Amino acid sequence: MGNYIKLIALGCTALFAAVAANWGRDTAYIVHAIIILGVSGYMFVRVLRQIDEPVQATPDGYMDDVIRAGVIATGLWGVVGFLVGVVIAFQLAFPQLNFEVLQPYGNFGRLRPLHTSAVIFAFGGNALIMSSFYIVQRTCGARLWGGNLAWFVFWGYNLFIVLAATGYLLGATQSKEYAEPEWYVDIWLTIVWVAFLAVYLGTIFKRTEKHIYVANWFLLSFIVTVAMLHIVNNISIPVSIWGSKSVQIFSGVQDAMTQWWYGHNAVGFFLTAGFLGMMYYFVPKQAGRPVFSYKLSIIHFWALIFLYIWAGPHHLHYTALPDWASTLGMVFSIILWMPSWGGMINGLMTLQGAWDKLRTDPIIRMMVISLAFYGMSTFEGPMMSIRAVNSLSHYTDWTIGHVHSGALGWNGMITFAALYFLTPKLWGRVQMYSMSAINWHFWLATIGIILYAASMWVTGIMEGLMWREVDANGFLVNSFADTVSAKFPMYVVRALGGVLYLAGGLIMVWNMYMTIRGGQRVAAPVGVPAE
Amino acid sequence: MSSNNDKDIDDVTGIDTTGHAWDGIKELNNPLPRWWLWCFYLTIIWGVGYTIAYPAWPLINSATSGMLGYSTRGEVAQEIARFEEANAEISAQLASADLNTLAENTELLRFANSAGAAVFRNNCSQCHGSGAAGFVGYPNLLDDDWLWGGDFDNIEYTIRHGIRNEEDWDARYSEMTAYDEIFTNEEVDATVQYVLQISGQEHDATLAAAGEELFLNNCAACHGDNAMGNYDLGAPNLTDAIWLYGGDPASLEETVRYARFGVMPPWGERLSEAEIKAVTAYVHQLGGGE
Repeated sequence: MGNYIKLIALGCTALFAAVAANWGRDTAYIVHAIIILGVSGYMFVRVLRQIDEPVQATPDGYMDDVIRAGVIATGLWGVVGFLVGVVIAFQLAFPQLNFEVLQPYGNFGRLRPLHTSAVIFAFGGNALIMSSFYIVQRTCGARLWGGNLAWFVFWGYNLFIVLAATGYLLGATQSKEYAEPEWYVDIWLTIVWVAFLAVYLGTIFKRTEKHIYVANWFLLSFIVTVAMLHIVNNISIPVSIWGSKSVQIFSGVQDAMTQWWYGHNAVGFFLTAGFLGMMYYFVPKQAGRPVFSYKLSIIHFWALIFLYIWAGPHHLHYTALPDWASTLGMVFSIILWMPSWGGMINGLMTLQGAWDKLRTDPIIRMMVISLAFYGMSTFEGPMMSIRAVNSLSHYTDWTIGHVHSGALGWNGMITFAALYFLTPKLWGRVQMYSMSAINWHFWLATIGIILYAASMWVTGIMEGLMWREVDANGFLVNSFADTVSAKFPMYVVRALGGVLYLAGGLIMVWNMYMTIRGGQRVAAPVGVPAE
Repeated sequence: MSSNNDKDIDDVTGIDTTGHAWDGIKELNNPLPRWWLWCFYLTIIWGVGYTIAYPAWPLINSATSGMLGYSTRGEVAQEIARFEEANAEISAQLASADLNTLAENTELLRFANSAGAAVFRNNCSQCHGSGAAGFVGYPNLLDDDWLWGGDFDNIEYTIRHGIRNEEDWDARYSEMTAYDEIFTNEEVDATVQYVLQISGQEHDATLAAAGEELFLNNCAACHGDNAMGNYDLGAPNLTDAIWLYGGDPASLEETVRYARFGVMPPWGERLSEAEIKAVTAYVHQLGGGE
């Protein structure tokens, strides 16, 4: 019966997509209709071939195939996202790289959202989905709920990414930062996300453990809040059902406030709460130590999720936003400082009794550097939310540096550590193919981040000071173009930092490939001289 | 071992755990770090104080305005007012000054130049470049080659009303004829060769000779018999090496066939009287003022 419903749904979708491909008003929409036609057509044939076949019994044990797929997707999307980042960093330093023949597709304006979505949603999102599936099964002692629904989440989410990415290149965007995909892509993501929540909650409901582990609180808060943020910020009315363009329901400063309520909590719940969930599982597992403080985990969890949601207005200081909202955003951001640090303390102090592993285990080293960058950027964030600081830092590269010390340092490093933890476990290997390659990755990534963050601090503060510089009579000293040309050397340094980070990512993907293929490189353990 | 045998004690730290384990992960019963807790309390206390001092809490029709009476707009207005007050006297003096005698008043000249430079950077540099060296289609303001005249009055008029725009009825206006459909291809070539000749570039002498007659009959009305241009019509001098759209044969052919129509917006409504005077004086002293 279920298969017949699936067939009808897939058939209708394919039919609708075929009509849409013919009647589409813009290229992005037509290309997307063709992609959806292909996917639903393929799924239709697949379901049709299985129909009336005897149903196979659900296997026991953990459902790890989907996690294996997620691990591979995370690694591959990671290097794609880093590569696009390096390209646009060089485009900023050398605008000639916006080659005439590649216009409009290869323009910085279209590649930039491709980069941010690729690293946040493709790399980060796949990392969160696959590790939450892994963690929820292990810490609940239960197989994923919903059978193949988990596969639907994985493929559905990656289809969302393909639709988003091709949409940007073909010029479909609703121009909201980190929420660029147009209306039908948003609707698709909503469906996938609800399925994700169902799989996750279903697994928690059927758990065999009495209590719910802290990592699951964070991951659940991430899934629920992201659903809420995504839906509210994307409320829009399509201009036509046969076209990609839509019009936002909010206007003016209300739209701006909704956007940054969304944008800031994408940082708070996607990149912070979700990744803290990963941290709370992988750090104690890798260190083989108990979590430092149960009490701290409760208090900082509730404080974090209560406070984060109010901090968005600090993105709109000195704009049309009323002063009262701006003040509240700033105050909540500063009170958020300690709850954010609670995660860092709990992570770092978990290593109590395992600090010696820093010398021998490059994965632990990645975790420590990740927590250090987490602590640094969650201090820097509240500081930049202070109105007086913000009046210097806003619109400058300081913001870019801040975001990247968090993204490359915290999210990137903890994800790399998780991938190095999971790859050998999921493919039944003793450890990664090459431990010294992990070490190389660690150093390349760390130096890359330092080059990136330091150059952006220098150029951001310089730019802020140049913009506000006035002579004795109060007249501005610099033109905007003067500040742009002054930034050139730092832009080159930033791009080189990106190259190092990308190189580390490539080494990781190679190492993962060699591990999955089997075998292990014979090498002296780290810290012991080879004989 | 602890006296309480029910407790699960972690050997390394000697702290008891909560007693559960998830996939082998336990949790210690450590208290909240004191410094962390106190910092958290302090930020909350500070936050309460700050929201009393500054506009913060939304009410039904408005929001609390804060004890300090602060507003971000007020802060900016205050800053602007401070400089405006300091500059009030000299600004008024500049607004009514005769620019031709500006050089006699050193203090006023210095003020006009620094104010003019700031106005230029914010409003003019986007097209003319931050060094005023121009770009293809945007005149270089550093040389003494002018399209509409380079004395104070002419520069001020151009800034105030702009060129060939639709916003200001007094904008400077002229329109070059496009010869694409008037000249034959040979005539276009000949004219281009003649312009190459008078601007001292490599040219075909036979064609140029034919071009001279075409020039005198068609182009000289605006550019002058000697091709030195005409300020009243914004017709450029074609005998020097300074080109707005390029002096190579391809660019010249493009110009002859399709003409050019450079536009500049009017600034009279946007800038204050003193700012217009200041930027006029600034452009005049850049190198080519007449």
